[in-house]
Amino acid sequence: MEEKIIEIQHVSKSFGDKNVLRDINLYVKKGEFITLLGPSGCGKTTLLRMIAGFLQPDEGGILMDGKDITGMPPHLRRLNTVFQRYALFPHLDVYDNIAFGLKLKKTPEEEIDKKVRRVLKLVSMSDYEDRDVESLSGGQQQRIAIARAIVNQPEILLLDEPLAALDLKMRKDMQIELKEMHRKLGITFIYVTHDQEEALTLSDTIVVMNEGRIQQIGTPIDIYNEPVNCFVADFIGESNILKGRMLRDRRVAFIKHEFDCVDEGFGEDVPVDVVVRPEDIYFTTDPDRCQFRAKVNSCTFKGVHYEMWVDTDTGYELMIQDYDPYPVGTEVMLYIDPDDIQVMKKERVANVYDARVTGAGKVTFLDTEFACDTEGFAEGDAVQATVSFEKVDLLDNEETADLTGHVAVILYMGDHYHLTVKTETGENIWVDTNDIWDKGDFVGIKILPEDIRLSKPADRHE
Amino acid sequence: MKKVLARTYLILILIILYAPIVFIAVFSFTEAKSLGNWTGFSLNLYKNLFTGSMQNSAGLISAVENTLLIALIASVFATLLGTVAAIGIFNLKGRKKQTMQFLNNIPMINPDIITGVSLFLLFVFLHISQGYLTVILAHITFCTPYVVLNVLPKLSQMNPNIYEAALDLGATPFQALRKVLVPVLRPGMVSGFILSFTMSLDDFAVTFFTRGTIGLDTLSTYIYTDARKGGLTPELKPLMTIIFLIILAVLLFINIRSAKTKTN
Repeated sequence: MEEKIIEIQHVSKSFGDKNVLRDINLYVKKGEFITLLGPSGCGKTTLLRMIAGFLQPDEGGILMDGKDITGMPPHLRRLNTVFQRYALFPHLDVYDNIAFGLKLKKTPEEEIDKKVRRVLKLVSMSDYEDRDVESLSGGQQQRIAIARAIVNQPEILLLDEPLAALDLKMRKDMQIELKEMHRKLGITFIYVTHDQEEALTLSDTIVVMNEGRIQQIGTPIDIYNEPVNCFVADFIGESNILKGRMLRDRRVAFIKHEFDCVDEGFGEDVPVDVVVRPEDIYFTTDPDRCQFRAKVNSCTFKGVHYEMWVDTDTGYELMIQDYDPYPVGTEVMLYIDPDDIQVMKKERVANVYDARVTGAGKVTFLDTEFACDTEGFAEGDAVQATVSFEKVDLLDNEETADLTGHVAVILYMGDHYHLTVKTETGENIWVDTNDIWDKGDFVGIKILPEDIRLSKPADRHE
Repeated sequence: MKKVLARTYLILILIILYAPIVFIAVFSFTEAKSLGNWTGFSLNLYKNLFTGSMQNSAGLISAVENTLLIALIASVFATLLGTVAAIGIFNLKGRKKQTMQFLNNIPMINPDIITGVSLFLLFVFLHISQGYLTVILAHITFCTPYVVLNVLPKLSQMNPNIYEAALDLGATPFQALRKVLVPVLRPGMVSGFILSFTMSLDDFAVTFFTRGTIGLDTLSTYIYTDARKGGLTPELKPLMTIIFLIILAVLLFINIRSAKTKTN
């Protein structure tokens, strides 16, 4: 059995009224390279800072080697951190920066000397002992920061976006070196990044996070090939995310065509989301293999491959990556292997809110009063209000809107956009629209009375 | 033509600025009792100053001692208090931080005379007998905001993670403060200290109101009383010249040093 070196149990944290982490459960195996991956504000850095001891969880606990370390101050923990902007001590030279931890532990002089030289060699920075840290380049400072951490021989090395400040070429080189270092040292690395490519390259295990929750834990290959939801599919790599229906086991319909797939157990005629990676849609000249036809509407050279957008005969837009280009306007025949279709359970089928009837023909949810048909309910009743995604109108002006918000996430679904709009009070409204909005756009939100359906709260678990 | 005008203007300004100091320095080398009378070059005033053969020499010496001692104690305490306060203010968020910075600025803009009188009233109200202690407390009060003002920018320039990095490497919070935070903030603390020291040296109004009636004199109150008692003692002219030269030397030293570290 592999040993669990870190266990995170039911950890939650809020700053003010913002929930940064919600019920996080995670374990880290001894010696593995685990990456916390997610967009900024997803809580990954907060989680890392908790493991380091700079923050305390509001709820839950953290175990190291089976022992509770939740309240233990950072200087007593047997782990070291590499910080985002290096955080080298500007008043000390390279040698004294690296020796800082060893000197605190009252290590004998000659041993410090030996260890410092050894790690400097490991990070290929020998002969830099006497340099002033501020005279070093970003990449060199990062090496010193890593050396300063690993010279203490920690059991776990925490890395908080260590490569974010470096340029692309340097970042690629350092990725290889980090991987090599992990292999040589044999200690556990917990790595935080928002760069999915970096995560896929480096990790044994990836933990995808969003809005304070763990979305998926798996190997890079699992995460890439079998994303569990639209967020993961969209965040990791390029993908075509489409609305579909699971007709029966191993048979799914999307883009108004039917396909064989390998997924089972969803039930019959169930709405699902489907992910097809752009490199998994193949061109064919054989009419028997062809599953659907399309017309190329753009073709861009991307270095190794070409990226093409095609319009299907049923009116959907798909992205395809292939080594061979097809000129714009070409009619092409396409097919997808059953293996390459990833079917996901729909996370939600409509907006559902807890609401309260606040008068005849009036209901309040999202801190806003809406007009709607309240027949069958009395004033003060707690109800559930359901609004389908396509019935939410987004407006440019706020005068005629019921409430306002910001576009937080945009997913292209082949023939429409699926937007996540965050209201001023921090709640989500999901919207299907054909209009083009940009991330961060300020929008007015309007819902017509006839589009709000009320039901008893007990309906929730149907 | 334009250039000549600009240069003349500059020279004129410099003359106006430095004329009083040059005037005192020149007349410190003559023996005349009344100001502005040149009776030939002489080092007698300097000799009198250092040998103590002048009227009320003991009073002057104790005033100088008091001034230096008060300035030293007040600026040491102000530096400690101000640094801790700056760290505290820096770690506040949003509106609280702005409010604290604003509150820190008010005592600096407040006229000395008001600070002096209000401290006087406060000490009377609290029944603290006025003397050495109250003068030192008063000086700490008006020096501390200047230290805060000098340390805060060093904190914002500092990588916010270095304190945590020290903890992470096994330092206790106190060790992290001593081995990392203080060395990094040192330039701000030193300039805050120097500023406090000169502010304290040169203070008249606050000292005058808080020194009580035990006859405590600093240089500024001594000179004030001396001048009211029938003219300035002539030996003060060489004293002022010497103080000016010391300040000039310190300033030159600091400038040369900072220029050197910049080129490094």
